[in-house]
Amino acid sequence: MSSTKKPSAEAVVPSKELMATLWRNMNLARCFEERVQWLFSKGLVHGTTHLGIGEEATGSGTIAALKPQDYVFGTHRGHGQAIAKGIDVNHMMAEILARSTGVCKGKGGSMHIADPDIHYFGADGILGASAVMCVGTALAIHKRKEQDRISVVFFGDGTSNEGATWEAMNLASIWQLPVLFVCVNNTYGMSTPIADVMRDTDISKRAYPFDMPSKSIDGNNVLEVYKTIAEARAYVSGGNGPMLVVENTYRISGHSKSDGNLYRTKEEIAAWKEKCPIKAFRKYLVENGIFTEVELDAAAQDASDTISAAEAYAKSCPEPSIDDLLSDVYA
Amino acid sequence: MKELTYAQAINEAMCEEMERDANVFMMGEDIAEYCGAFGVSRGMLEKFGKDRIMNTPIAEQSYVGAAIGAAMAGMRPIVELMFSDFMCVCFDELVNEAPKMRFMFGGKVKVPMVMRTAAGAGTGAAAQHSQSLEACLTHFPGLKVVIPSTPYDAKGLLKTAIRDDNPVMFLEQKTLYRTKGMIPEEEYTIPLGVADVKREGSDLSIITYGRMVQMSLQAADKLAEDGIHVEVVDLRSLLPLDRESIIRSVKKTHRALIVHEAVQFGGFGGEVAGQIADSEAFYYLDAPIRRLGALSCPIPFNPNLERETFPTVEKIITQVKSLL
Repeated sequence: MSSTKKPSAEAVVPSKELMATLWRNMNLARCFEERVQWLFSKGLVHGTTHLGIGEEATGSGTIAALKPQDYVFGTHRGHGQAIAKGIDVNHMMAEILARSTGVCKGKGGSMHIADPDIHYFGADGILGASAVMCVGTALAIHKRKEQDRISVVFFGDGTSNEGATWEAMNLASIWQLPVLFVCVNNTYGMSTPIADVMRDTDISKRAYPFDMPSKSIDGNNVLEVYKTIAEARAYVSGGNGPMLVVENTYRISGHSKSDGNLYRTKEEIAAWKEKCPIKAFRKYLVENGIFTEVELDAAAQDASDTISAAEAYAKSCPEPSIDDLLSDVYA
Repeated sequence: MKELTYAQAINEAMCEEMERDANVFMMGEDIAEYCGAFGVSRGMLEKFGKDRIMNTPIAEQSYVGAAIGAAMAGMRPIVELMFSDFMCVCFDELVNEAPKMRFMFGGKVKVPMVMRTAAGAGTGAAAQHSQSLEACLTHFPGLKVVIPSTPYDAKGLLKTAIRDDNPVMFLEQKTLYRTKGMIPEEEYTIPLGVADVKREGSDLSIITYGRMVQMSLQAADKLAEDGIHVEVVDLRSLLPLDRESIIRSVKKTHRALIVHEAVQFGGFGGEVAGQIADSEAFYYLDAPIRRLGALSCPIPFNPNLERETFPTVEKIITQVKSLL
């Protein structure tokens, strides 16, 4: 049985200004990741990176419905989440290029982009760990009786099978903590389709044993994401305990730079490219007369220029000094 | 001065710190009404209420992970793991998360938490409830690892650990919980990373920690009857390690025996031996550096077998005499 507890379905009406922000953040995320992909292909990036091309509506739509004081734990596929949370793209690109001015001083890389100063506790390389730590930040909110503040954790369909994720849902539920669990279901755990690792692929049902409400939505529709999360945030911050939202989307890019896409067909990828969240949002904005094609193109170009400037900035920065290697091991 | 048990001293340290700082709280399995499997949190539920003495589900990843998150958000959690063997259930949190957050996130976050747990054998709890796993914890930069051997040390070290801005692994010795010691009435703390010479001597240095400190002192008493004067150095904290005190003692006595309860092979004794061999103390040695730890087997249930697995007073005496 699903929970009888429900968020109130008060109509959330996104303003024009908000829609401009969504458009900009989705474009920034796409441009950022395409630029990173290109830099990789040129051999200019060390290590690995996990791109979420095609998933831009999830990070942008979710975080637009949160407040700046909310704690957010992202995923290892979290460039779009980080950008929406407000990380400076210059310093994020500097991190990808392993520079001293990177958000993590060049010591974290793509897999650990974080900025605790803006309450973004970032990407974690071990799946499930962010969920339990997110419960901890929610516990701190609860103990300090902070009003109008919640903790949000993004995790993937693969991570929904991790024991730590279940333990986190249980703890948040028994202690009625302000945690919003956001599952970005891109239908593959690396190369494994979810139907191979779940008897029932409706991840929203995983909230049932914890008596928390859940909702499964079109994660490629940024306004649906925004509205759902706005309702969910109101519910969670109202002292009702945790909630789960499953945002169903698709990863057009490969898992990481080593992905040969051997586990899916070109036709499948092409079909999802047609359902691209940025394309869909453009169509909505133009058809409803909210912005013109020209205005949207100008904003997209501005996003692209911002990323170009970030790349130039990052390339101009020095690498970390060997003298700083052992700093920040201990506080 | 007052006489307290090791468990009471730990309890007193936590109570004082919780009274001093509203950000300190405790989580663990059965720590509230039951007072923990070893009764360490006796009276704390009554004193601080269930919001600060929080029973958790039997789900170590959840509450150790929650402690890390709460610490990142500015609280100072203490988590109790009922047995140190249960660290293996939440090794990700202890190894990949707590010690790495600060470094990985560019120095912008702190993880001020304490993980307290009951380690060691001698209770007939067999292979999965008796281990001494400290050596592996010392292998993770970002953690601190503390093992007190007396009530006095336990109280002073734990107060410092709670105030520390880093994740501290506080390994209590379960067979020491009921041992007694004198504690000053006034407040005190003991810095982490400072060894304590528990007995001065001139003929050989026993470098040890935890439960083996008392055993080494007993061996030293017996050896003194034969005119052999052993110095006993209690490391108290393995990470950070007080390298200088080890070297100073070995330069003085010219002989070193390292004693710990953990399995000898791959144990922390290897690190101590390496530190001595790497230092100027090497040139003062009149005998090989010797280690004495547990045999390489899972810990057996039978009491005779269990006793034989670990160092004993007799084994320590034999090793000391073999080095003279």
